Amino acid sequence: MLQFLFRRVLLVIPTFIGVTFLAFIMIHLVPGDPIEVMAGEHGIDPVQLAALRHHYGLDLPLWLQFVHYEINVVTGGLGRSIVTHRTVWHEFVALFPATLELTFCAMLVSLCVGIPLGVIAAVKRGSAFDYGLMGLSVTGASMPIFWWGLMMILVFSVALGWTPVSGRISDMFYVKPWSGFMLIDSWFSDDKGAFLSAVSHLILPAIVLGTYPLAIVARMTRSAMLEVLGEDYIRTARAKGLASVRVVIVHALRNALIPVVTVVGLSVGSLLGGAILTETVFSWPGVGHWLVEAIQRRDYPVLQGGTLLIASLVIVVNLCVDMTYGMLNPRIRR
Amino acid sequence: MRASWIVAAACAIVLSGAAGAQAKTLVYCSEGSPGNFNPMLNTDGTTFNANLPIYNRLVEFQPGSTEVGPGLSTKWTVTPDGLTYTFFLRHGVKWQSNDKFKPTRDFNADDVIFSFGRQADKSNPYHSVSGGNYAYYGDMGMPTLIKSIQKIDPYTVVFTLSKPAAPFLADMAMDFASIQSKEYADALLKLGKPELIDQEPIGTGPFEFVAYSKDSTIRYRAFPGYWGPKPKLSALVFSIVKDPAVRLAKLRANECQIAIYPNPADLPSIRADKNLKMLSQPGLNIGYLAFNTQKKPFTDVRVRQAINMAIDKKAILQAIYQGAGQVAKNLIPPTMWSYDNAIKDWPYDPAKAKELLAQAGFPNGFSTSLWAMPVSRPYNPDARRMAEMMQADLAKIGVKANIVSYEWGEYLKRVRNGEHDMALLGWTGDNGDPDNFFVPLAGCDAARLGGGSASKWCNKDFESLVQKAAASSDHAERVKLYEQAQVVMHEQAPFVFVAHSVVFMPMRKNVEGYQMSPFGRVQFDHVDLK
Repeated sequence: MLQFLFRRVLLVIPTFIGVTFLAFIMIHLVPGDPIEVMAGEHGIDPVQLAALRHHYGLDLPLWLQFVHYEINVVTGGLGRSIVTHRTVWHEFVALFPATLELTFCAMLVSLCVGIPLGVIAAVKRGSAFDYGLMGLSVTGASMPIFWWGLMMILVFSVALGWTPVSGRISDMFYVKPWSGFMLIDSWFSDDKGAFLSAVSHLILPAIVLGTYPLAIVARMTRSAMLEVLGEDYIRTARAKGLASVRVVIVHALRNALIPVVTVVGLSVGSLLGGAILTETVFSWPGVGHWLVEAIQRRDYPVLQGGTLLIASLVIVVNLCVDMTYGMLNPRIRR
Repeated sequence: MRASWIVAAACAIVLSGAAGAQAKTLVYCSEGSPGNFNPMLNTDGTTFNANLPIYNRLVEFQPGSTEVGPGLSTKWTVTPDGLTYTFFLRHGVKWQSNDKFKPTRDFNADDVIFSFGRQADKSNPYHSVSGGNYAYYGDMGMPTLIKSIQKIDPYTVVFTLSKPAAPFLADMAMDFASIQSKEYADALLKLGKPELIDQEPIGTGPFEFVAYSKDSTIRYRAFPGYWGPKPKLSALVFSIVKDPAVRLAKLRANECQIAIYPNPADLPSIRADKNLKMLSQPGLNIGYLAFNTQKKPFTDVRVRQAINMAIDKKAILQAIYQGAGQVAKNLIPPTMWSYDNAIKDWPYDPAKAKELLAQAGFPNGFSTSLWAMPVSRPYNPDARRMAEMMQADLAKIGVKANIVSYEWGEYLKRVRNGEHDMALLGWTGDNGDPDNFFVPLAGCDAARLGGGSASKWCNKDFESLVQKAAASSDHAERVKLYEQAQVVMHEQAPFVFVAHSVVFMPMRKNVEGYQMSPFGRVQFDHVDLK
């Protein structure tokens, strides 16, 4: 097991270097200059432009900029935002809990809804419910978040007035950020309405972001369940006279969950990607929103640092999934 | 039983979205996050608007106009040579406070010296704090214009200029001239956290800063010690929402009471909504097509005039601005003083245009490039589509225009370097002075390669008129000079002036006293909620 762990961790190093390289090179391939973009129509004096480019190290050859960047990353410095002048780490830490909260709730929605739906579809294979669900899951998996989010807002917030339009909490409540997680902070705030407001603000974005993984989880659960339900030990269990519910939940689902765990782990990356769009639609103040703004302003340090941090997170989650998988299924360790 | 509990709880959660109202809190849906809380370090309107409730300047633009009136100085004098400005400062102006700073004195001349010294003087301990890029101070020519700033006594400050410059007073009302507290700066320096001056601001304005949660909200509360008329709102919240469709949805749901920049396509439905009202004002801007007058065939004035007559501006206005604009015939917008309304715009006349082209030696037209910027700007919501319409118009007179576009920063750089033949661009005014349009867009200095002028046009008559106007402190004389300059410009046609866009501000019916600013500033000191 230890050797397996060591090999997996070792593999992270080249992945990490690849990610830093990609993050760096992609943003520098896009034309544009942060200083020029900042100056806009007003333009900027060439002397001042040169001075600022020098200040941010933008006048160095690209390879040297990359070397400096790598050295900074290794020594723990991600640099400062060109726009706000705060450290990238500081900004990331302030915004990340919002993204984490949203992603976590979206995941929760997809699991709580997706698994039962998948199980029912597998048990009632070939029924109208099964076909309907599979059709819907294709729709769900291919739904563009931008459109889906705006539709949800138009129907539930504007037409019906059931949920708030955007943000993390009503602007009327001021909750001092303590943990950065609005649900926790508002729970402990003196204003008791704040918590309910925070929950109501989470509903739509969590559903919108959770739609894609929900569709995938439902499909995955269904096919894994079908496979397991055909196994000999299930027939044995049924032959023993166990209640049908017990057979499905305890004997079949438990085994069918292994591929679902993998899918959930792998979808963390796509969830974070989806969070960028969801956050933009719902004005959710997380890292996605922050990165989109940084792209527009060519804020290189934020883009490089932010991408790197998110990629590291995905790498770590995948590592954890691999290890859990290894624990669940000893054959993989070899 | 259990199911009904769940339903009840869900209802409670859903309904609570609308709950929680405080006395006279106005929520304004803004379009983006501020760079930080110091207007000296920024050039974008979003940051200026976020700082406007907090800071004051020596002089202030009067609500809803480009006129300059008293601010932190109650009066000022200018010597006849136009070189010395003496500002007499207001007494009893209180500074705001926060958990790191309690002021021990009122505003005085030291604060003025500090605020300008920070931008001008490299040895000032605050000069390089927060990046130290004072772009606007540089853009407005302050480093060469201001020779010295002297404190005569705690309530008198003298600015000595290197040359007479009539727009100087209007410059002092601009956001970069906001006044920060020297006492606060000193206190933060002692704490070893100077950068906080630009993150947890202290000002003298009508609202004081409470908290900023990045990309989410900015909170202010009314400042009880404010020197001017007390604001009617007790608290102000900027709710940051980037998507205009979502801003409108929030406005309709009464989650905010004022929302900036609606989509032009939504204007009819906003007008029809009985809970909303909408104010509008021509923006202090111009969207134009610039000819590179240093490149053939645009060196020939007849070609430039011909193209002016070949483009159907009215059709463009309807298609691109969807009614949120007005046809332009001058470089400056009609709300600005010295606008010459007597000028007759070039008529839309393709036949006459063809004739002129033939006279210029192009009976069969010519091939050229037409540059379109890749972004939507306040003065031109869709440059790409505008270019396509112009391309079709030009084809009618035999001019084949290839549409070219680059990434925004790259586009600006290349236009400044004069790589284009014709380019779409525009301008939004800073200080309401005509000088701020004529000199950066059509002056000879801006026509050099790398300069800000897209037409690269340098005309001696025009130049001498605008230079004379800038040096004069006689308002009536300046008006006359600028009117003459506009006549020269019209005849020489270095641009096709397309449109001045109209800025709309939808709000709830219960918002009272809101006045639109020609500068696109958003101001709440006089606003009330009924």
